[in-house]
Amino acid sequence: MSRSAAAVPPAPTAVAGLEALLRSMADDEFVIGFSDSEWTGIAPLLEEDIAMSSLAQDELGHAAALYGLLAELTDTDADALAYDREPGDYQHARLLDHGRGDWAMTIARRYLYETADAVRLEALVGGSWAPLADLVGKLVREERYHQMHIGSWLERLATAEGEPRDRLRAALGTLGPDAGTVFTPLPGEPALVADGILARPMAELEADWRARITSVFDRLRLPQPPPTRDPERGRTDHGDAFTWLHGEFTIVRRSDPGATW
Amino acid sequence: MSEAGTHASIARARSGGAHAGPSTPVTDSAVRAALAEVPDPELPVLSVVDLGIIHRVTVAPDAIDVTILPTFVGCPALDVIRATIVDHLAERFGRPVRVETTFEVPWTSDRISLEGRAALASIGIAPPTDGPAAMRCPFCASANVAMDSAFGPTQCRSLYYCRACRQPFEALKSV
Repeated sequence: MSRSAAAVPPAPTAVAGLEALLRSMADDEFVIGFSDSEWTGIAPLLEEDIAMSSLAQDELGHAAALYGLLAELTDTDADALAYDREPGDYQHARLLDHGRGDWAMTIARRYLYETADAVRLEALVGGSWAPLADLVGKLVREERYHQMHIGSWLERLATAEGEPRDRLRAALGTLGPDAGTVFTPLPGEPALVADGILARPMAELEADWRARITSVFDRLRLPQPPPTRDPERGRTDHGDAFTWLHGEFTIVRRSDPGATW
Repeated sequence: MSEAGTHASIARARSGGAHAGPSTPVTDSAVRAALAEVPDPELPVLSVVDLGIIHRVTVAPDAIDVTILPTFVGCPALDVIRATIVDHLAERFGRPVRVETTFEVPWTSDRISLEGRAALASIGIAPPTDGPAAMRCPFCASANVAMDSAFGPTQCRSLYYCRACRQPFEALKSV
């Protein structure tokens, strides 16, 4: 009765693209969730400590559900996907590779990611593969709170004169060239679109996303993200900050393989 | 298990102590009645039925199948809810119980029952509303409230402040 990945096999032509899509989305949510969990206990305000921890918890939950679907498709388990790969095998967007940084960096990164993720999720709502479409229907409802929260922080930093605004502009300058990497074309993407799992190609989604954030950035006089630097490597070559983060999030797994709680 | 047991007795007391007993035939409605005695671990004044997470109950000669809807995708209480349902139904009806989760339909906060809404307000948690404008203080019913943060101590709650009675309070997120 359940519409699990095992019970509802996708069209054979779509399998490769679907695996790439699930892996990229799960890795994105996992890496940003883990990065932001670094604020637990040290965020600038108590309410924000709670909010950032709750956001991180949501994202790790989303990652677990997406890894769960991928695990069913590939006959492995979600924990192995999350924890047992080498750093080079993760396929998150390079936008998420810049290390935690200061608060402005965290807000800038999350704003760019949340707005991009929203466009991606909209293109998956009502898709033809029920297990993913069902999950996306739920994710969209939760992400709405993330967008609301991070949008208000962007506004707050951008409209505060002096240091907050300067730091935000600097962070957007650093992250901007990698912001579009969320829309790096996926292997097998044409079949995903042909089979109705993904409504439109990533390149079109990226254009939509840029059009959507332009008005906000213009109004707040913030630097628009430039075209993606090195788009071929948008989800590879993660660098030292990710190698460090990988060491952090795999440490329990490596110290006690098979540990559960 | 002892904590879950305490919560179960709280929920039973609230439901008036209705008890199916071991000789009750295992029907769909008997299973649903028994589920109304299973508390949510994070909000034990609510049963899983009040919370609206029971999607489907199927009674077979050799097993009982229950499909539940997670309130949030990453809800950490799910494993406890699943285990509590299995223990409670297995003890009541003496047959194996399987609990599955699905996103086939999304759980939404309007699935919380009227009784559940009243129970939430009774412990100072405002039930979900259609928007912040409809939010009322659970202590003094004032509409003069402000959202402090969309994110609270659990994934499903936000933080508010009542300017009328000067009480901070929590509210269930509307999703």
